Amino acid sequence: MSKIQSIIVAEDVHKWYGKFHVLQGVSLTVNRGEVVVLMGPSGSGKSTFIRTFNALEEYQKGKIEIDGITLSHDLRNIETIRKEVGMVFQQFNLFPHLTVLQNISLAPIWVRRSPKAKAEELAMQLLERVGILEQAQKYPGQLSGGQQQRVAIARALAMQPKIMLFDEPTSALDPEMVREVLDVMRNLARDGMTMVVVTHEVGFAREVADRVILMDSGSLVESATPDTFFSHPKEERTRKFLSQIL
Amino acid sequence: MTNDKLTWLRKNLFSTWYNSLLTVVCLVLLFWAVQGILTWAITQAQWAVIQVNLPLFLVGRFPQTLYWRTWIVVAIASTLGAITGGVFFGKQQLTKRGIALFAFIISVFLIVLPLDFTSRLWLLLIASLLFAGFWLGGKFTKVLTPWLSLLWLLSFPIVLWLIGGGFGLQPVSTNLWNGLLLTLLMAAVSIVLSFPIGVLLGLGRTSNLPVVRWFSILYIEIVRGVPLIGILFLAQVMLPLFLSADVRVDRVLRAIAGLVLFSAAYMAENVRGGLQSVSRGQIEAAKALGLNTALVVLLIVLPQALRTVIPAIVGQFIGLFKDTSLLSLVGLVELTGIARSILAQPQFLGRYAEVYLFIGFIYWVFCYSMSLASRRLERQLSN
Repeated sequence: MSKIQSIIVAEDVHKWYGKFHVLQGVSLTVNRGEVVVLMGPSGSGKSTFIRTFNALEEYQKGKIEIDGITLSHDLRNIETIRKEVGMVFQQFNLFPHLTVLQNISLAPIWVRRSPKAKAEELAMQLLERVGILEQAQKYPGQLSGGQQQRVAIARALAMQPKIMLFDEPTSALDPEMVREVLDVMRNLARDGMTMVVVTHEVGFAREVADRVILMDSGSLVESATPDTFFSHPKEERTRKFLSQIL
Repeated sequence: MTNDKLTWLRKNLFSTWYNSLLTVVCLVLLFWAVQGILTWAITQAQWAVIQVNLPLFLVGRFPQTLYWRTWIVVAIASTLGAITGGVFFGKQQLTKRGIALFAFIISVFLIVLPLDFTSRLWLLLIASLLFAGFWLGGKFTKVLTPWLSLLWLLSFPIVLWLIGGGFGLQPVSTNLWNGLLLTLLMAAVSIVLSFPIGVLLGLGRTSNLPVVRWFSILYIEIVRGVPLIGILFLAQVMLPLFLSADVRVDRVLRAIAGLVLFSAAYMAENVRGGLQSVSRGQIEAAKALGLNTALVVLLIVLPQALRTVIPAIVGQFIGLFKDTSLLSLVGLVELTGIARSILAQPQFLGRYAEVYLFIGFIYWVFCYSMSLASRRLERQLSN
């Protein structure tokens, strides 16, 4: 039962950048439909950690299992896993030479081999879902940061992933645009998407997360429900961190 | 003169006493030079050497009875070029002034150039094809765009067939392909071939596979360290020594091989510059979507990389076009080669200035067209 229930299983993951030990044996299990928020000071390894889930970062020791498939060095294995794991980046990373519609339909057409018409129909549905249907024919450079990030979310969703990873999705946005992106993420969580989110948005974490985790110096410090995490944290380190950001 | 112009003059040319002095000195020098050149061109220069030898400059010793084949080649190239131009820049409608200018240039050509009646007819036909092609390209942009590259690709074997003959046409040996015809042919084929090879080498140089990377680096650094003329001599003189006696590679083909091998190495470095300008985030985003390495390169990296290096690549093409003149030193009679043999005609001895000015002008026309097209292309692509 637990095998079916848990969709991400990371066990004792270690990573070194040269001599620097970024991930010092991190273990995490995420259940289907769960929303996990990772917090922590910069340089604590939270981004690095979630980037190991879709093999954008290599790790030297430990084991990661995504939806029952163990991540290996084999390229085909990595590509299989990447199809199931959507990712949203801090800097959006939209493809500037393609229109919004092309950005979203690219991967379904080339990776999922779906017909162009069908991929574009899906893309339009997703654009409607993130609320920018009218921008389909524009280029990313013509959109605001918030709109770009919503396109990036739609692009990741177009592969119909089982898991969505968010790497500080609102950190590069002007304050007035943060909300439109968080709203999209909130709806996504409501629809039952499994999400791992690295963010400093306390309000979002309180409201949406099933679990909030503090990471520091490459290890998990505390993992608790948002209520416990923000109101009665057990660890001294968590209390210190919260006093700095609240 | 309006007040505006006077203010502009005062501000930019006569703002201080030394600026005024510089302006006057420059004007005097300019006047002196222009007057000298014009006086020479009108009173002293004997342009007969160009007039008499015009067909020689253009197609060399290509059989006169087969000129119609070269005219068809020009017609095909002009039509395709005009359609392409229309597709890319057709949004600017043909203005009355543009049409008038075009008609004026064509009529000057028809009147001034010492051509026989058939050539004038051909020129008129080509002019109308240019006009029609541009109009068609602007009008049916959507329909034509996907076919353009295919049409260009198809035109190559047809052009080669028309020039070289065979398959029902009277064959023309390659040593009769001369003049501008040969220059354009070699430049076009070399450009078309060196581009993909250069892209592959550029990708190879940034590859993760050590064998591929080292081979690319070795090739690029060796070729870049050798002068082009050396490579051309190598291709003409030494290649036949290495190959067995019954394998005869045509001289023109060997020349093209030399140009392509040389140009590809420089192209590779240009492409590498473009590849480095694509951010890591782009590659990560593409990978995260599940695209494999080949797709990441083809769909995400190369389109962005090539776009940023269009000016450098076109510069490379222009250089390659002019470098074909070096082939005159290894015995090919392209534009520069034919100029040299025309200068050896007893009745035109010593007419260096006229001949070299003329071919210089021809080189300039083609190079400037390329750089103009590249600037337009850049503007078109920067959305």
